[in-house]
This record gives sequence, C-alpha cells and structure tokens, in this order.
Amino acid sequence: MRALIIALAAAAIALPAAAQEQPVELKKAPGLDKVEGNCSGCHSLDYIMMNSPFPNAALWDAEVTKMIKAFGAPISDADAKAIADYLKQNYGS
Amino acid sequence: MFTRRHLIKAAGAGLALTGSGFGLRSPEAAAAPIDLPAALPEGVRSNAMLDALPGKKPLIKLTYRPPNYETPIEYFRTAITPNDAFFVRYHLSNIPEVDVKTWKIVVGGEGANGQAEFTLDDLKRLPAAERVAVNLCSGNRRGLFQPHVPGVQWSYGAMGCARWKGARLKDLLDKIGLKKEAIEIVFDGADSGITDKTPDFIKSIPTWKAIEDTTLVAYEMNGAPLPHLNGFPARVVVPGWTGVYWMKHVTSISAVTKPEGGFWMNPAYRIPLGKFPIVARFTSQETAVNTPITEIVVNSLITSPADGANVRMGPVVVGGIAWDGGYGISTVEVSSDGGKTWVAATLGEDLGRFAFRTFSYDFAPKAPGKQTVMARATNRIGQSQTTELIHNPAGYHHNVVHSVTFNVA
Repeated sequence: MRALIIALAAAAIALPAAAQEQPVELKKAPGLDKVEGNCSGCHSLDYIMMNSPFPNAALWDAEVTKMIKAFGAPISDADAKAIADYLKQNYGS
Repeated sequence: MFTRRHLIKAAGAGLALTGSGFGLRSPEAAAAPIDLPAALPEGVRSNAMLDALPGKKPLIKLTYRPPNYETPIEYFRTAITPNDAFFVRYHLSNIPEVDVKTWKIVVGGEGANGQAEFTLDDLKRLPAAERVAVNLCSGNRRGLFQPHVPGVQWSYGAMGCARWKGARLKDLLDKIGLKKEAIEIVFDGADSGITDKTPDFIKSIPTWKAIEDTTLVAYEMNGAPLPHLNGFPARVVVPGWTGVYWMKHVTSISAVTKPEGGFWMNPAYRIPLGKFPIVARFTSQETAVNTPITEIVVNSLITSPADGANVRMGPVVVGGIAWDGGYGISTVEVSSDGGKTWVAATLGEDLGRFAFRTFSYDFAPKAPGKQTVMARATNRIGQSQTTELIHNPAGYHHNVVHSVTFNVA
C-alpha cells in the first residue's frame, strides 16, 4: 500500500507545476488524422466533444467554415471536407 | 535541504490524506466524472472534469486550450469568490506570462490629444479606487440552452465576484485628453492567436462607459495581485457589463472616432435588437438587427442545498446569490410550489450595487420526499428573471429562474 501511494505521488509530482493538457481521445474513424493535424494546433480537441452531439450537418459545415474564414485556419479544401465529414459522422446529430 | 525524497514523501502523505487526490493530480482525479446538469450537451457532461490550473483549485475543465474552466457552485455560497477558485475564460491560445519589468499600457489613439505609457508603478501612483463587482461571462449557462447553440458549453460557473482595486480608467484618459469626437475606447491585451491570421482579441466600450467613476484598470483582486489567468498584471474592470469587456493583461487603450470594426465586436458578441430589457446601449455599434451585448441581466442562483442533495427532515435553509447590471437587487423571492406562490427571502450584506447579494430563506418541508425550490430576483428598476428562455444564436443572457430539487428524509 505504501509503495502504491509513493508511486502515485511520484506520478503526480512528475507532472510540471503547470497544469498539463492531457491527450483528448476522439473517436477513431476516417478523417481523424485530418482533425488532429489541422485543428489541434490552435485549440484542444475537447472543443469538439464539448459541442456534441447536437450539431446537425449544416452546423458542423458552418463551424469548419468559421475556423477557416473567420479565424484564418490554413486548411485545404480537401482537408476541410474530410474534417466536416468526420465531425458529422462522429459528433453530429 | 529539501530533497526530492522529502518531496515525494510529503506528497505521498498529502495524497493519502486527500484520498481522491483532490489537492494533487492523480489518474483517478483526472478521470473522475463530475455531476453536471442533465440539460447540458452529452458531450460536455461526459468530457468535463475537475482539473487544477497553476495557482488554482480544481475547477470544472471544459477545454484545455484555450483554457475554459468554470467555478463549481459551492464557491458561490459567499458573496466574494476566492481568487484561486475564480473562473478562467480565454478566446485565444497564446497567453504569455507577463513580465512586469517590461509590461506597460500604451494609452492614446486617433481620438486622443496625446499618448502616454503606464507601468504598473505608474498605475499605482494614480488615486486608487475599489469596487466589488461581478465578472460574468456573456455565455454563462449557454450549455443549458434548448435547442443547444455552439460555443463553450458553460453551466452556472462562468462568473465570480471580487473586490477590484485599481486606477480609474478616466484618470488614465485624462492624462492624454480625449477629443470630443472620441466615441469608443478600445482595449487590447497581451494574448493572441496561434496564427497571425486569427483576429486578435480586441474590444471597445462607449466613451461614456469608459469615463464612469466605476470603470477601472485593476491591479488587485481581493487584496492580492491578479492571478495570471485572471489578467495579471492589470485588467480592465467594467462593473455592470459582461466579462468580455474586462480585457486581461491589458497593453493598449485607444480612443477612436470611428466604431471599432474587428471580428470580436462584429459579428461576435452580439444580441438581437429588442429581445432583452437592456437599458445601457452601445449606439455606435448598433445595426438594424443587432447590438453588442452590454449590461448583465438580473439573475440569481440557488447554492444550497445542492441539486440532488439529501437533507434531513426539518427546517432547510435555502441559500443563494443574486446580481444584476448595477441597478442593485431589491428582492429575491423563493417558491416551493412550482411558482404558484412566492415568498421574500432575507437579503445578506450589501457589498454594493455591482456585487453578488446573498440571500437565504428558511424552508419548512411539510413532508419527506422530493422538494423543488425556485428563486427569482428583481432589481431596483423593476426588472426580473424570465421563466421562458429568450433564445438567441450566440447563447447569451440566460437568466431563466433557477430551481433545485433535493430529497428530504
């Protein structure tokens, strides 16, 4: 028991003083690589889970468009379509 | 000497004491689900967790980056929200740690007669003003909207009330002098987007609001320097108006003669015209269909008993807080019969018209079982909370009467 406590404490201590972003595991499905590659540079991927599953297809299209047009995300047309399709399939209504 | 071995032992003791690892990060803590309102989107209910940012107690993490963390309801049982439990909200991910030795605010703009720079010491040399005021995110309770709207899916905790101390903004503006055509005062802070194509977070307020005595450039929060994630070393404090105008890490204050046109003024942070009972208008920014969000709408929150709590048969103290956009709370009423009849609650200490006002009501359940109580606040200009949500595309101004259901046994 004592060994377990010390091991747990060591794990906790090993993390830096700053809270560290933990990996956000999205559903494994076609297009996930495009989501991770294009979206996670500017924001953590929990934004996607948080805004689910209520968006319909039009809303997910609008969100991807907003990231490109309003926020200047450098995403190719092909990747934008793959991302929107992934979101609709896995986090849509 | 303080060695790593000591550190681990001390941490081990701490972990044993706290059990679930509430004070320390542990795998269990990270995975611990929290009970969030059923009305929230399923994605946030299953994904949100308690997580501690640097210098903060564990708050409800909605997103890591940019960080959006809300305050658990139990911290609202007092009128002042502790700094280390105060919510965190950012729009953009690049949030530099500000070095006070080089930090300064540049005050000027084409609507001003001159330009001046203020270091933190300069700010502190100006006459100090203090104000207790609620900082409330425009989108607080957005997650409770039906139908849901996209955005940060906050429940009740994207708000807090603190005693802010700083210089009056008008004292900074007086140093440079405003032209009579200066219609807005524009704020920029040290944070920015990851790509330079992302619109920088820039906000303006009308000049009339900027020169009110209550509008501050604050360097203290509850008697301490601002926490980094709440705007260190100084932020704008606009009592009565929603948090979006309270620019953190403020670096630039500019008077302008034309409306600020950036993304964060339009289309962001807009409410439909005519839907809300708003007194404070921002006319230089109004369009035919919408207007910037301005003052906070009257609202209240029941903080005890907690929703879903088990309480003993006998008198139950129903407690909570109420607030508005600075007119002041006049009454809070409580209903235990689904809104058919309302009884006035007792108001707590008055910390000023911009502050949380605590209330309490002694409820005597007639029988064991499930009990639901509701609270409704009214302000000094006669505005009260809604019973039906006023839906709007961005999910602002949710002030539907709050209710909690608890079990009496």
